[in-house]
Amino acid sequence: MKKLMLGNEAVARGLYEGGCSFVSSYPGTPSTEITEYAAKYDEIYAEWAPNEKVAMESAFGAALSGKRSFCGMKHVGLNVAADPLFTISYTGVNAGFVIGVADDPGMHSSQNEQDSRHYAKASKIPMLEPSDSSEALEMTKLAFELSEKFDTPVLIKMCTRVAHSQSIVEPSDRVEVQKSYEKTPEKYIMMPGNAKKRHPVVEDRTLALVEYAETAEINRSENGKDNSIGFITSSTSYQYVKEVFGDKYSVLKLGMIYPMPEKLIKDFAESVDRVVVVEELDGFIEEHCNNLGLKVEGKEIFSLLDELSQNIVADKFGVTTEKGIVLGENIPNRPPVMCAGCPHRGLFYTLAKNKLTVMGDIGCYTLGAVPPLAAIDTTICMGASISGLHGFNKANNGENDGKTVAVIGDSTFMHSGMTGLVNIAYNSSNSTVIILDNSITGMTGHQQNPTTGYNLKGDPASKINLEALCKAVGINRVRVVDPYNLAECETVIKEELSAEEPSVVISRRPCALLKYVKHNKPLVVDSTKCKSCKMCMKIGCPAISIKNGIADIDNTLCTGCGVCSQLCKFDALKAQED
Amino acid sequence: MKTKNVMIVGVGGQGSLLASKLLGKLLLTKGYDIKVSEVHGMSQRGGSVVTYVRFGEKVYSPIIDKGEADFIISFELLEAARYTEYLKKGGKIITNTQQINPMPVITGAAEYPENLEEKIRLKGIDLIAFDALKLAEEAGSSKAVNIVLMGMLSKFFDFTEDEWLNAIETSVPAKFLDLNKKAFDLGAKA
Repeated sequence: MKKLMLGNEAVARGLYEGGCSFVSSYPGTPSTEITEYAAKYDEIYAEWAPNEKVAMESAFGAALSGKRSFCGMKHVGLNVAADPLFTISYTGVNAGFVIGVADDPGMHSSQNEQDSRHYAKASKIPMLEPSDSSEALEMTKLAFELSEKFDTPVLIKMCTRVAHSQSIVEPSDRVEVQKSYEKTPEKYIMMPGNAKKRHPVVEDRTLALVEYAETAEINRSENGKDNSIGFITSSTSYQYVKEVFGDKYSVLKLGMIYPMPEKLIKDFAESVDRVVVVEELDGFIEEHCNNLGLKVEGKEIFSLLDELSQNIVADKFGVTTEKGIVLGENIPNRPPVMCAGCPHRGLFYTLAKNKLTVMGDIGCYTLGAVPPLAAIDTTICMGASISGLHGFNKANNGENDGKTVAVIGDSTFMHSGMTGLVNIAYNSSNSTVIILDNSITGMTGHQQNPTTGYNLKGDPASKINLEALCKAVGINRVRVVDPYNLAECETVIKEELSAEEPSVVISRRPCALLKYVKHNKPLVVDSTKCKSCKMCMKIGCPAISIKNGIADIDNTLCTGCGVCSQLCKFDALKAQED
Repeated sequence: MKTKNVMIVGVGGQGSLLASKLLGKLLLTKGYDIKVSEVHGMSQRGGSVVTYVRFGEKVYSPIIDKGEADFIISFELLEAARYTEYLKKGGKIITNTQQINPMPVITGAAEYPENLEEKIRLKGIDLIAFDALKLAEEAGSSKAVNIVLMGMLSKFFDFTEDEWLNAIETSVPAKFLDLNKKAFDLGAKA
């Protein structure tokens, strides 16, 4: 029966049908739902690992043991997992091993726009690239077959528009696959003597995969009526080309993006007058065509930046499109903001008030950078707040001490903050790290992590004791504050900044959007007391605005957290009795 | 049949994903090819969010581009104004008249434009603006704005009420079914 499925859900369905029994991933937009949907199948064991490297190694272990396995991540997650990636390319697999990576052209929810296709080429691992949900399902199943046939991990590359678009799929039944493990030291122990023998195996495998790519069904040539132009394309770019031109021009659609065929592309190029490569971000296919000695157009027409769309493709070929009506009105932007009741708000207010230099990290709390709080100085990658702070302080002989902090969420701290903290303790910089513990992985939509006490399936799990962990690595000063209590936050942070040794402040309160979090009644404004001083506006709460000259609380948003009332010198913002 | 485009816009957290889910289910039962494109992640946190619903004989692109939308369904007035450029000639905007101040307005860095309904109409745009929040509250929950808007949209589609109600039944939890049916009805009669 036909079903409408999100691209990521279709990958999960492909995992199920393809006999996958083990999934280990770290959440990251736009990849998260693959693993969430996979966890709904009883036949699949699925977990959130602390980071992508651990996930990939765990999933590899499962494949080695004889079970088909998967790990999923966003593009920047593959950087974290790159270490095992390059070497499991050498070892190959036992049962099929598929790695899902989701790029984010246009940076809807990411810190860079890297093109993960380069990883396939660099690690010499085949990569498939679906262009809708139906292909996502079928290619995931195919990936397991290719993985076992060619003894290699296989990458499935998604992008935001494929991962987060629903289209029609036809589900089918599951196959069960079980292989046995046999000790094979020369294949799985990658010390130099063995690895030297595995490298030529990898090169031969790539040649065999090129041969496969020549006739693979997922690389298909669609003949057009007009041979003045031929398009070579893949992924969502294929959809934009077809949207604009339909069956007019010939299209070579590549479902396997690494390695790419040679003869198939040359023959296609010969059949048309002009070859145009349409791809988002880098000229990956174009470079391959250039290496084959073909004259093609690509990045001289299309940008290296951002996503494509049907209108962009149309415009490049003089196809007229309707220009909509611009209102001509100054429409204020609506950037994302920290939610009303967000526990991070009070903490960031304290940091901004004390004019501290703040090394930020990756998560909802990156929004502490947005005015009026504007409390963050840097955001680089997972864990970079803590290690960056160490260098910032250490390099300046104590000059920056007491004026700087790192802020990092609970999930990000488990992901790659711990090692940075070890460095602070071991190489002794006088740094203060603030762990924003909201008891969930927030930004990606509430995933459990090792600090929450629950696993992906929602069952109780071992819960990391952050205080004990920080002390164990050698931090003697570990304090816990409630970020709803501004006075406490300020006192504790000032004390820890003035201490002559490294410290950790755990700012602890669960995310206000968690279902079990009970909200207080919305605050009420005493209009006789409000002096319109706008102090309450300094925390950037979406529930507060000024109407007719005085503070106004939006009842549908306010959670009654009371942070604003602590700023009001005139006692105009009141809690309501329950 | 030419592909039809419905764009759903609003503020992160207003429930536009449920509206697109409902539309998708309805269109699937009618045998169309469908693509629904959503937004997840950072922009959901109170930011401007857009969902694209496209259906027809064969749908390629998952997104709706400028000048392509047959309908823009907006959960908030400023968001309706933000996306007029996506409407095609002869298209229709259906908007909730609720106003939610974005952060630049809250901080005083920008102003919420006045008389937006009038300004949109002056551009010759076919606009239906009504207080969907009030109707949702009347149905029993401010969260039912999405279903009220679907009720209004249903007036312009050739699907039967039963077909819409079936789609609602499969999209919302059973305990909220009556509330949502009422919300749909209020939207359809508004």
